[in-house]
Amino acid sequence: MATERRVKTLIIDGRDVAGREDQTILEAAREHGIWIPTLCHLEGLTNVGACRLCLVEVKGMGKLLSACTTTIWEGMEVTTHSERLHRYRRSIIELFLAERNHICAVCVANRRCQLQALALELGVDHVRYPYLYPRFGIDATHDLFVLDHNRCILCTRCIRACSEIEGANTLGMMRRGIHNRVITDLNQPWGESPTCTSCGKCVNVCPVGAISQKGLSVIEGRKEHKFLPYLTMMRGARP
Amino acid sequence: MTRDELKKIGEAEQERIRKYRHQVHVCMASGCHALRSDKVRTGLQAEAKKQGREGEVLVKRVGCLGLCSRGPLVLEDQSRIHTGVAPEEAGTLLRSLGEPEAAGGEPLPLDHPFFKGQRKIVMEHSGAIDPERIEEYIAVGGYEQMLAAIIDMAPEAVIDQVTRSGLRGRGGAGYPTGLKWSTVAKAGGGDKYVICNADEGDPGAFMDRSVMESTPHQLIEGMIIAGYAVGANHGVIYVRAEYPLAIARLEKAIGQAEKMGLLGRNIGATRFSFDLQLRYGAGAFVTGEETALIASVEGRRGTPRSRPPYPAERGLWGRPTLINNVETLANVVPILKNGGDWYAGIGAEKSRGTKVFALVGRVNNVGLIEVPLGITLREIIEGPGGGIPGGRKFKAVQTGGPSGGCIPEASLDLPVDYESLVQAGSIMGSGGMIVMDETSCMVDVAKYFMQFCMSESCGKCIPCRVGTVQMHHLLEKMTTGSATGRDLEMLEELCDLARHASLCGLGQSAPNPVLSTLRYFRDEYLAHIDEKRCPAGVCTMGAGG
Repeated sequence: MATERRVKTLIIDGRDVAGREDQTILEAAREHGIWIPTLCHLEGLTNVGACRLCLVEVKGMGKLLSACTTTIWEGMEVTTHSERLHRYRRSIIELFLAERNHICAVCVANRRCQLQALALELGVDHVRYPYLYPRFGIDATHDLFVLDHNRCILCTRCIRACSEIEGANTLGMMRRGIHNRVITDLNQPWGESPTCTSCGKCVNVCPVGAISQKGLSVIEGRKEHKFLPYLTMMRGARP
Repeated sequence: MTRDELKKIGEAEQERIRKYRHQVHVCMASGCHALRSDKVRTGLQAEAKKQGREGEVLVKRVGCLGLCSRGPLVLEDQSRIHTGVAPEEAGTLLRSLGEPEAAGGEPLPLDHPFFKGQRKIVMEHSGAIDPERIEEYIAVGGYEQMLAAIIDMAPEAVIDQVTRSGLRGRGGAGYPTGLKWSTVAKAGGGDKYVICNADEGDPGAFMDRSVMESTPHQLIEGMIIAGYAVGANHGVIYVRAEYPLAIARLEKAIGQAEKMGLLGRNIGATRFSFDLQLRYGAGAFVTGEETALIASVEGRRGTPRSRPPYPAERGLWGRPTLINNVETLANVVPILKNGGDWYAGIGAEKSRGTKVFALVGRVNNVGLIEVPLGITLREIIEGPGGGIPGGRKFKAVQTGGPSGGCIPEASLDLPVDYESLVQAGSIMGSGGMIVMDETSCMVDVAKYFMQFCMSESCGKCIPCRVGTVQMHHLLEKMTTGSATGRDLEMLEELCDLARHASLCGLGQSAPNPVLSTLRYFRDEYLAHIDEKRCPAGVCTMGAGG
């Protein structure tokens, strides 16, 4: 990948920053130590802009843009933190917490959960919306892993890792709206999946406690996703 | 197919029709079809045979005649329309042809208020030609503009005419069509696509459906011209599978055009080739959103993605793609025929031309109308609409479907153009126009549309997926009398969130029905919340009252 890339300069939160022309606002910001909250984004996977936490204000644009899907342009002026953005982000976290059954005390991802961490970070200490309390099932048919739909936030990181990194395409999505559900193959039990390679990437990329490894205590259930950028880089290096 | 050959086909067809003394047009678009107009047609044909007048009376299938609520409709000799025709009445109807005393009820003259205020451009040939015979379309000048464009005109000249016409996207957003075309034309070479968005899904809307059922060839011709103008050789019509009649007629029309060499390789013996295929939607409202539509055409899950990049730059299969709505493309042929300046002379300042509306709800004449833009809502409702039935009082008109809003009595003199409707808190939308009278509860209406958005949300982004559920829950509380003032605050806050934080147009516009009813009918919300009372008497206040 020796192609030349031009550099663009832009302003993020009043700071002059530079980035490569193919970089997103999120990448440029993170390189300069500017924090933007994300949940569905994961370095090494394609960006989908689904969680809307990384919405930023761009001067001259009527709409808010998701930092993870918007590439930078010369002279762009970005605001990543404002009273309004903060309000939206808190509401979004509340909507997530109310959507399914996020009860930290009994969750396998307690204290390693990105949703929990963001709620703390953004100061969401209570939820104003009524909890929807859906009653989804748990798929524990796989020898190694468990998929608990009640804790899923539908970020699709597992689906993307399965498709883009492992190439197995075992995981997918079915139904729509509030009824969305991550499925294995054609909604068959995970343990019977002929396509799953049991690679465990989905476990590692899951930001919450929806996909976990069996037999590990909460304290042992560490998520490791540093391998993704490395894999992407190695693939990019191929002729 | 050369232009001379085309002319000959047209002349032969005109000759064939001229032989008949009487022409009896039976509406066979969805509305009348559902009322069994096919039986009326076969009845008329059998009767003509029985009376031995086969050579004198031409009974033919035509597209939408407009006044859907009074079907099945039969147009006699382009002079009067028989309404509510039953198959048994075929004999008397045929015997009364041309007689001042018509059989079975008073037929409507063509200067009836329903037809008088209309101006037909898109629907000019609707109701006049048989949608299933290409010869009839050719006889009214069909495919002439297409051949003229690809033989005589440079693509830039075609785009110039469209730009000068001032035509704007008829799917709802009103993006200038000429600008879209030139953007795609300028996009890098290689394969490009033209997609016709025929995934019409607004409740109460059937404009595109009727255009496809009535004049499928006009749409196809418009697409070929669009393809030539932007440099695309492939076209896709994405039509919802719930429109079986439209699909059947499009399929037939594509087959006929291909057979005549008007579609396919080297059209008109030029170097220009254009192929066209149909793709069916699987029943999702969100696939009317262009990026979701493209995903669905590609065989993926029909969910939207963030724009930019816009489809004009990266669309179907990653290639530059022109996406236009059915009605927009159906406007192309008349524009080329009469010139962009002619079109720009019709309608309002920033909204040129005419618009087809599906006028439904509490009006005397329910049906499909085409009116020049800039006309007022009052003129539509009291003109073609014929006013409110039963002496009841008008309350609001809903435009733009689930993405639109409700406009009250006080704004009835508002001109119907893109900007004015947005200012009034609604949108032009694709053309659904639902009239409501005093028996409609506006909170209940808002709840209905929120329910629609909730069940049609694809679930990709959270403000729409969960936001619509929470908003619906709050509206449900209001309509059952268990809401408090705090709930109204929460509702407004969620509206703001969904509008600004959702990924695509569906989520961003989902709060519109709530916001517009809150703007004009806040007192009704307050009556539900504070007094546990539904002024229209629609909601049952059992739970909290």
